[in-house]
Amino acid sequence: MILATLNDTSYLVLSAMVFCIGAFGVLIRRNPLVMLMCVELMLNAVNLTFVTFGRMLNDISGQVIVFFVLVVAAAEVVVGLGIIVAIARRRPGATADDVSLLRG
Amino acid sequence: MVDWGVFIVCAVIVLSGSIGVVISRNPVHSALSLVATLFGVAVLFLEQDAQLLAAVQVIVYTGAIVVLILFVIMLLGVDQEEDLGEEPLVGQRILAGIGVAALLASLLLVIIGVAHHGLTGKPSSSAALSKTQTNVAQLGHSIFTTWIFPFEITAGLLTIAVIGAVVMARRPDSYEPLPEPEPMTDRPEEEQAELVDAEEAGS
Repeated sequence: MILATLNDTSYLVLSAMVFCIGAFGVLIRRNPLVMLMCVELMLNAVNLTFVTFGRMLNDISGQVIVFFVLVVAAAEVVVGLGIIVAIARRRPGATADDVSLLRG
Repeated sequence: MVDWGVFIVCAVIVLSGSIGVVISRNPVHSALSLVATLFGVAVLFLEQDAQLLAAVQVIVYTGAIVVLILFVIMLLGVDQEEDLGEEPLVGQRILAGIGVAALLASLLLVIIGVAHHGLTGKPSSSAALSKTQTNVAQLGHSIFTTWIFPFEITAGLLTIAVIGAVVMARRPDSYEPLPEPEPMTDRPEEEQAELVDAEEAGS
């Protein structure tokens, strides 16, 4: 029992660390593609947490929700890459700081 | 129950891969580190008896999403190295580090609470993990009965995303690049060079 608790906790600690690394990357990197990849890292950390909680609560819904998160992540990447392509075509080599047309 | 050796190997792969995504100068190296992380997470899914999710993770994430990202990197030619030594905003990294450390500390506090008191949720509120059915069969049964309405909505979401991506990435009919930002001097360089030439010719 103690070993099982330790295992669940270690999964949760691992996904918390991956989530924080991804958040740090989103905050400090300027290349929009790398920022998108860091968002993927955060989504994966949350997926791992969902599966772990689903196993701890003996419930299939955790895995079903991960399934939907995967679908939404695929849609998000497609739209995000479309935006990046559209920006890069008008201004090659743009970083996230250069996209400031709407700044007041 | 869970093999500690597998977990430790996967944890090392996942953590080093995710650090590699953040600190790689070249976006291609970031994408390859992301592949390592996604494979590690897929193995961790397998460890927790989520076979369908492990397969979908490999097929959708590493097979489709990362390949799409790599295609865009190659297509745009944005694979030039980024100088990570300079800090564009003063104090950005320190502030981000402080914020992320606070986030990690609060998450770890919650996890310690879970380890001590257990989860507060109700166990098996929708359907318990089956011992007799396979994971794929049970997940499919659950998606097509309990979760059928969200599942149908994802079809619409994917259609909208595909159409939106095509519309945004399409080359517009009246294509003209944005003007370059104004230079810091009053006149462009060519004009100044012309003026200098005219003055020299006049004198």
